[in-house]
Amino acid sequence: MQDQIFHLQYAMDTFYFLVCGALVMWMAAGFAMLEAGLVRSKNTTEILTKNVALFAISCIMYLVCGYSIMYGGEWFLTGIQDVDVDSTLADFAARDGGFEGGSIYSGASDFFFQVVFVATAMSIVSGAVAERMKLWAFLAFAVVMTGFIYPMEGNWTWGGGSVFGMFSLGDLGFSDFAGSGIVHMAGAAAALAGVIILGARKGKYGPNGEVRAIPGANLPLATLGTLILWLGWFGFNGGSVLKLGDIASANSVAMVFLNTNAAAAGGAIGALILARILFGKADLTMLLNGALAGLVAITAEPSTPSALGATLIGLVGGLIVVVSILTLDKLKLDDPVGAISVHGVVGLWGLLAVPLTNDGATFGGQIAGAVTIFVWVFAASLVTWLIIKAIMGVRVSEEEEYEGVDLSECGMEAYPEFKK
Amino acid sequence: MKLITAIIKPFKLDDVREALSEIGVQGITVTEVKGFGRQKGHTELYRGAEYVVDFLPKVKIELAIADDMTDQVVEAISGAANTGKIGDGKIFIVNLEQAVRIRTGETGVEAV
Repeated sequence: MQDQIFHLQYAMDTFYFLVCGALVMWMAAGFAMLEAGLVRSKNTTEILTKNVALFAISCIMYLVCGYSIMYGGEWFLTGIQDVDVDSTLADFAARDGGFEGGSIYSGASDFFFQVVFVATAMSIVSGAVAERMKLWAFLAFAVVMTGFIYPMEGNWTWGGGSVFGMFSLGDLGFSDFAGSGIVHMAGAAAALAGVIILGARKGKYGPNGEVRAIPGANLPLATLGTLILWLGWFGFNGGSVLKLGDIASANSVAMVFLNTNAAAAGGAIGALILARILFGKADLTMLLNGALAGLVAITAEPSTPSALGATLIGLVGGLIVVVSILTLDKLKLDDPVGAISVHGVVGLWGLLAVPLTNDGATFGGQIAGAVTIFVWVFAASLVTWLIIKAIMGVRVSEEEEYEGVDLSECGMEAYPEFKK
Repeated sequence: MKLITAIIKPFKLDDVREALSEIGVQGITVTEVKGFGRQKGHTELYRGAEYVVDFLPKVKIELAIADDMTDQVVEAISGAANTGKIGDGKIFIVNLEQAVRIRTGETGVEAV
């Protein structure tokens, strides 16, 4: 009887993991639509190409070496399919806490759930460097980011490894439930390094340094993308509970869904109201960024805040993101979709908000973790971008940028039948 | 013959077309155009940054007519396209040397 229950628990937790992973996979569609909506129509084909290609590269690189660097085990996932049923049942029986103890699930489902997070981190980079980067320079960076840079910091955090043998973030009280820092801020740090190397889009700044708007081509697509991300986030945070199969875990999963949704709503309203106050108009793109900021803010700890607390954490994220986007614009860091603000600046806020509701985390630990992740990803990315720049260049020519990277990089327009 | 070119507000196109049909105009050519006049452009806001739209969308209509229709046509267009606000557009009239109907080879007033 007990063995049969363990069989069921294994099946349920594995199934839950896989469904959540599939939801997170769909976030790739969200990023693709959001970015396609916020760039100009002449750069649409290229950004879509980038989004699908980076997803595929992430999956392959994480399979080849990323997962092994982050969590141990063999390269190429060798042996991941071997499951000894008897020893797995013995593991269940030997758990602390018995039936309610730690979760045990299929190793293949763990890889599937982890790999879609890598792709998410990489998707963040693509929007920030949009409209001016060479396609193949970006894809070369994706290989290094997903095969090495992200798995290294993933190992120091979720993998439980020590930072170059020097210190352990877990011992310092660092906690990042689903990756405000490990996934989102990491992606933003890589994006920031890329934006610094690349420079702003031509026409973004006037001769006296004034900020010029470059409106996105398709706000319905940007809205669709944001709502797809909102949906996918339930898998991102919900799956990170890692277990569904007992009352306490199921409650935790439900609370994570509830809080994730509440934070997105808070972030959206925060950004909408602040943008209205600052600009006098309801800025849809800020509203969209605000919802995503709420989601990023709650990702570091969606299980312990109250529903109201989660809403407020999201709301603060929504306020921060508007201020951050305006500030980065003034600093001449041109980020067409606001990725560095949404995922980086608000990701940091998410990390710092964890100790407010989770006694297991400390402010010192959160800061140490944030600094470690940022310094590593930023520095490693900067070096990688510089090497790519030396070998093949990172930026298209001025003329190609004017014509649109759809033609120079992909040779096809997204809307060939539209009148100019 | 005269060639009349009028630049009007896009939302007035249907009214102008109806007014011209009523006085017996047999055909017009319509183009979506952009430009500026005394109305200049206007500013829009995107993510907190203002940007200037220098050229506003307008509709250009062109029609060839017999000389004795000129006053009627000008009256019809300016009556239908008038809102009394800045940006209503303009009407240009030029002499037309010749016109040919391609199907039949008719020329002159017969062809317009």
